[in-house]
Amino acid sequence: MTPLTRRTLLVAGALLVGIGLPRPARAALPGSLPEAPRIDAWIRIGEDGAVTVLTGKAELGQGIKTALVQVAAEELGLDPASLRLVTADTELTPDEGYTAGSHSMQDSATAIRHAAAAMRALLAEAAGRRLALPPDSLRVDGGAVAAPDGRRLSLGEVAQAVALDAPVPDDVALRDPARYTVVGRPLPRIDIPAKVAGGAAYVQDIRAPGMVHARILRPPRPGARLVGVDAQAVASRPGVIRVHRDGDVLAVLAEREYAAVTAMRALAKGAVWQGGTPVPEPDALFSDLAERPAKRTIIHEAGTDTPMPPGRRITAQYRRRYQMHGSIGPSCAVAEFDGSRLTVWSHAQGMFPLRKALAEMLSLPEAQVRCIHVEGSGSYGHNGADDAAGDAALLARALPGRPVRVQYTREQEHLWEPYGGAMMTEAAAVLGPDGRIADWDYAVRSPTHLTRPPGAGQLLSARMLETPFPAPPPKALPQPEGGGDRNAIPLYRLPRARVAHDFVTAVPLRVSALRSLGAYMNVFSIESFLDELAEAAGADPVAFRLAHLDDPRARAVVEAAAGRFGWGRALPKGRGAGFAFARYKNLAGYCALAVEVEVDRESGRVRMVRAQAAVDAGQVVNPHGIRDQIEGGIIQAMSWSLFEAVAHDAEGPTSRDWSTYPIARFPDIPECLDVHLIDRPGSPFLGAGEVAQGPTAAALANAIRQAAGVRLREVPMRPDQVKAAIGV
Amino acid sequence: MPTLTVNGRTQTVSAGPETPLLYVLREELGLNGAKFGCGLGQCGACTVEVEGQAILSCVTPVGVLEGRPVTTVEGLGSPENPGPLQAAFIAENAAQCGYCIAGMVMRAHALLRSVPHPSEAEIRHALRFNLCRCGTHMRILAAVRRAAGPEPATTGATP
Repeated sequence: MTPLTRRTLLVAGALLVGIGLPRPARAALPGSLPEAPRIDAWIRIGEDGAVTVLTGKAELGQGIKTALVQVAAEELGLDPASLRLVTADTELTPDEGYTAGSHSMQDSATAIRHAAAAMRALLAEAAGRRLALPPDSLRVDGGAVAAPDGRRLSLGEVAQAVALDAPVPDDVALRDPARYTVVGRPLPRIDIPAKVAGGAAYVQDIRAPGMVHARILRPPRPGARLVGVDAQAVASRPGVIRVHRDGDVLAVLAEREYAAVTAMRALAKGAVWQGGTPVPEPDALFSDLAERPAKRTIIHEAGTDTPMPPGRRITAQYRRRYQMHGSIGPSCAVAEFDGSRLTVWSHAQGMFPLRKALAEMLSLPEAQVRCIHVEGSGSYGHNGADDAAGDAALLARALPGRPVRVQYTREQEHLWEPYGGAMMTEAAAVLGPDGRIADWDYAVRSPTHLTRPPGAGQLLSARMLETPFPAPPPKALPQPEGGGDRNAIPLYRLPRARVAHDFVTAVPLRVSALRSLGAYMNVFSIESFLDELAEAAGADPVAFRLAHLDDPRARAVVEAAAGRFGWGRALPKGRGAGFAFARYKNLAGYCALAVEVEVDRESGRVRMVRAQAAVDAGQVVNPHGIRDQIEGGIIQAMSWSLFEAVAHDAEGPTSRDWSTYPIARFPDIPECLDVHLIDRPGSPFLGAGEVAQGPTAAALANAIRQAAGVRLREVPMRPDQVKAAIGV
Repeated sequence: MPTLTVNGRTQTVSAGPETPLLYVLREELGLNGAKFGCGLGQCGACTVEVEGQAILSCVTPVGVLEGRPVTTVEGLGSPENPGPLQAAFIAENAAQCGYCIAGMVMRAHALLRSVPHPSEAEIRHALRFNLCRCGTHMRILAAVRRAAGPEPATTGATP
């Protein structure tokens, strides 16, 4: 075990050992508790009274470390700064799958909240026995249990008398939200000081004793096979430890990092590759997608046994090109193999699924593989992180006893990450004589949005080994959350409706989860189409939405965003306002968004001038945390929607860096971006991390329509498309 | 072997003169601040200051830095004792994943050194070389404004 491992293990002054977490359990328990019902799966107290919170979720830059600590501190009456937090680690924390889908607060924070409340109750009971007082007369606060007569017992001493391996009871009493002092406050992010001042904050910052640096060499195009390589010349370079080859996986290991970089370049010069998997030319992208075999599922049907109502029929088709995660830091991982046990430090989003994939790839029992999450650059879904972990594991096994650090290049991250898939939608509606939607017919055609581990074949290198692991067949994620069909069912009142998901089983480029999955495209389509229908009905877009919305929380965010934006106010020539709304997955946070854009008719360039969001994410734990997620989501989705499409030719992707895949820069950022939160004290936490993606795309398209008189139905809406639509 | 002055400390480094500064800072000097983002000078994650100017350490060979003092984000303060600009980033929650942030801080530091009270347009213009993928831009702008403070009232007669 390296010092690094020991340090990670030493938590709250005590060596924690992993516990077998019984599963599955009672479905009645909220959040992730059914996966890990024991109190001490989530919270532990050392003899010194130090409290450690454990979560199976990972910090990805979304601020959950801070929010989870706030939730636990609130229930236990502790100063948040006194709590320790351990995030996703296969040996220490509950298995909460991936950190994805805006689930961390709903699942992990809910579990931690209940576990902390259960712990508080047990502490009060035990202290009550010691003090011969009824437990409800005692206060758990400030690291002690306090009696009305002034007697105090420290949490550490009381905890020794409490069985914290007890399950969290169904009827645990939670603190009254009206009395919250920590939850709901903008506690500063606990991880930021290290990030602004050069503290060790990322997997990239790990410097383990004896660590070696590895670089991978990827084929020049997907599917190409390695037919020749001059490994000897590279292996004999100074500082190079070895060249490692297994099938089409080629890597170099060196003592120093820059030696690995130069050796990789030398290796590339002498490598000969053959073949490859052809990709349809960009112009044929959508005709190709339309022709691919697909499995149709009707995911929603209402009123279709009634006759088709009279009215005006309106149709539209929308399209989305491949887009990438584009993490600022290319993926990185560190792995160490001691001859029997493998330890991997990774910024991937699911440590437990990753462990399965690595164990399968290396034919190791899962118990001999440990995966520890360490932050990396923001991932926004399934980027290259899992692949890098896989590569580090392969190379660590080849060099036992020495930690191996794998760092991808910018080009490797850009060309080999799994993209957000190209998609197409078709919408048709009948507008009744009353100006309301009388019939709705919608279909989304999409590839998978989930090719993450646990399958070894989901790891890029595993598919290229001498004995390869084939990619598992792609999966469609089921409703109600959905994958390509996420948010394909509108929240609007539609008396007669039919929604179909055409799941395309194979597409030419590698695809997987990108922040919000299909919701980005479905909300872009539905909310653009709503505006098209409102226009046809001669109605104001906001009024038209409200006329079809029953959910009071949905109406509240729509009204708040419109009101604060000054919806309906006249704008200067060349400018336009656009509106959009969605409830993420129809079950998480609500987001309404109004934006103002300026369209330059000559260049076709669109600038987002300002944006006003209104969001309801249930009980707010940290208002700044949610605000930052919404701001970030709006800016990122603006960048996707105005600038981003993966370029490719017949040989594969050609978006190899930031010049061939430009994203938003500071001059593109709106002058003003306001996020209004509607707090719902006492109601469940609703995920907010992805709510803004879809609304942003549609609000922009709707604003462009008003500013320039043209309707764009494909993302990205780049200057050439805007110009072509305007006809200049 | 090149001699480097980093954060006020002069030392001889073993890397060859062609080695980009970034690798020397991170590996040989053990500094975490400057990040590898692209190695192409396109994203700014590796930004440090040389003689008060923001430079991209991923494309700057150490051989050209002899006698030219280098400042990294570690030179402005520590997590425990952040400098004023770092404190402004902390106060404004100006990081999500934070991978770009050390570069942002250094770019802003170089700006404030030459323009102590920049306009909004000057801040955006100066930061245009640095990419952020989380969309933290509004917070970063707020942090730079906070660090710059209000322009002091000019004294004396206006022309």
